[in-house]
Amino acid sequence: MTSKKKEGPVNTGEFPSKQTVEFARGQRHDASAGHLCLRFFQRDLRLAVRSTGQWLNPLLFFVIVVSLFPLGIGPGPATLATIAPGVLWVSALLAMMLSLDSIFAHDYRDGTLEQMVVSGNPVSVMVIGKVMAHWVTSGLPLVLLSPLLGLMMQLPSAAYLTLVVSLLLGTLSLSFIGAIGAALTVSINQGGVLLSLLVLPLTVPVLIFGSSAVSAVASGLEASAHLSLLAAIATLSASLAPIAIAGAIRIGVAASR
Amino acid sequence: MYRFAERLAPWLAILCVLTLAAGLYLGLVVAPADYEQGDSYRIIYIHVPAAWMSMFVYMVMATSSAVFLIWRLKIADIVAVASAPIGAAFTAVALLTGSFWGKPMWGTWWIWDARLTSELLLLFLYLGYLALRGALESPQSASKAAAILAIVGVVNIPIIHFSVEWWNTLHQPASITKFDKPSMHISMLRPLLLMVLAFQLLYFHNLMVRVRALILQRENRASWVAELAEKNHV
Amino acid sequence: MSELMEFLSMGGYAFFVWSSYGLTTIILLAVVFWSSRQLKQSRTQAFRRALQHRNKQ
Repeated sequence: MTSKKKEGPVNTGEFPSKQTVEFARGQRHDASAGHLCLRFFQRDLRLAVRSTGQWLNPLLFFVIVVSLFPLGIGPGPATLATIAPGVLWVSALLAMMLSLDSIFAHDYRDGTLEQMVVSGNPVSVMVIGKVMAHWVTSGLPLVLLSPLLGLMMQLPSAAYLTLVVSLLLGTLSLSFIGAIGAALTVSINQGGVLLSLLVLPLTVPVLIFGSSAVSAVASGLEASAHLSLLAAIATLSASLAPIAIAGAIRIGVAASR
Repeated sequence: MYRFAERLAPWLAILCVLTLAAGLYLGLVVAPADYEQGDSYRIIYIHVPAAWMSMFVYMVMATSSAVFLIWRLKIADIVAVASAPIGAAFTAVALLTGSFWGKPMWGTWWIWDARLTSELLLLFLYLGYLALRGALESPQSASKAAAILAIVGVVNIPIIHFSVEWWNTLHQPASITKFDKPSMHISMLRPLLLMVLAFQLLYFHNLMVRVRALILQRENRASWVAELAEKNHV
Repeated sequence: MSELMEFLSMGGYAFFVWSSYGLTTIILLAVVFWSSRQLKQSRTQAFRRALQHRNKQ
C-alpha cells in the first residue's frame, strides 16, 4: 500500500489519457492489489459525485415506487404494515437494477475497460473497487433513506434497525451480483431489460432473506438467522462475483475490437 | 463427432420410444390408482421426470460451459447451446403439469409451492441464457458470455432452491407438504423410473440432432462436409 | 368398451390427466420437430456452401 509514487491517478473522467495508460503500465509490478482496488474506487466515486443523476435517480425511483403502493392498495395502516417489508425490499431491488447499467457502460464506451484489460493488472481486483463505488453511490443512499420510507409504510418501530442492516448487507450482494449481469451485457446496445432478465432470478435469495428478516422482526420474532444468511450471501458474492465480472469484461472488450 | 452423433441418434430414438411405451403402459394402465389422490397422481409420470430433466439439463449446460471456458473445446459450447432450448422445454412441461396436478389436488392452478417456484425461477434462468445468446452479435463472445452466465446460474441454483424452500416453510402451514416419496409402491415406482429413462433418452436424441445441426452451421467450409455432400448427392 | 371408457375417464380426473399428457406431448414433439427441421436446413445449407467453397479452390 505504501507506494512511492505519490502523484497517484489524476483522473479527469477522460480515462484513456496518456497519463493513465502510462500509469497503469508503469505500475504493473509494484502496484499492490489493495492500491489498485482503492484507485478505481476513488475514481468512480469522484465521477459519480460529479454526475448527480447517477446516484440521485435510483434514489428518486425508490421513493416514488414505494409511495405508489399505498396509492394502489389503499392507505389502511394495518395492510401497509404487513406488506411494508416486501414493498421496501422489492423497490430497493428494482432501484438497484436501474442503477446497474451505469457501472460499466460509460467506461466501456470511452475505452477505460479496454485499458483495464490491456494494463496487465488483475481485472478482478480493479472491478472490486468499481463495484464498491457503485454500492456506495447507489446502495448506500437507499439504505439511508429506507427508515423514512418505512415510516411512510407504517413499519413497526422495532423493525427499523433490521431493515437498515438487511438492506446494507443485501444491497452489497445486489451490487456484486448485478455487476455480473452488467458486465455480460456491456457490449449490447440497450441491454437494460436483458440485464434485469439475467440478474433478477439470481437476486431471489437476497430478496427472500432480506424481506423475511424485516417481517420476522416486525411480527416480534428473531431475525439473526436471516441476517447471518444475508451476510453469508454477501461474502460469497463479494468473493466469487469479481472473477465472473472480470471474465465477462474481457469478453465484452474482445467483442468490441 | 458429427458421425458419432449421426450413428448414435437412431439407436437413442428406438430406445426412447421403447422405454416411453413401456413406461406409459405401466404407468397409465398397470399401476394402481393412489388411494388418496385417485388417478390424478398419474401426472407424476411426466411431471417428475420433466422436473428432474430440467435440473439435469442445466447441469449438463453448466458443466459443458465450464469445459468450454477452461479447455476451449468448441464441442462443449455446442452441447451447451443445443441443450438450452430442450431444458427450457422440460422446465415448461414441469410447470404446466405441476399446475394441472395442483388444480385437482390443491384446488388452484398455481400455488407458490417451493418446487414450482424454483422451477419457475429455473425457467427464467434458461430464458435469460437464451436471450443473452440471442443479443450478442459475435458468436465467439456470445458463447463465452453465455458460458459465464450458465456457471453463475449453477452456483446460484442451490442457494435459490434453499431460499425458496425456506421461504415456503415460513409462509405456508405444513399441510401442503407433498406426498412422501419413499412410501411409493414398486408398481408405481417402476414406471416412474422408466419414464425418467425415456426422458433422458429423448433429451440425448434431441441433443444429437441439434449438435449435428450446429456443427454443420459452424463448419460449412470444412472439406469433410463437402465429401459428405458429394456422397449424399445434394 | 366400458373398460376403455373407464381408463379414459381416469377416475374423474380425465381433464387434468389427459390435458397435461397432451400438452407435454405437444411441447416435446414441437422441440423434436424444430430440431430436426434445423438439422435439415443447416444440412442443405452447409452442403451447398461446402461444395461451393471447394469448387472455388
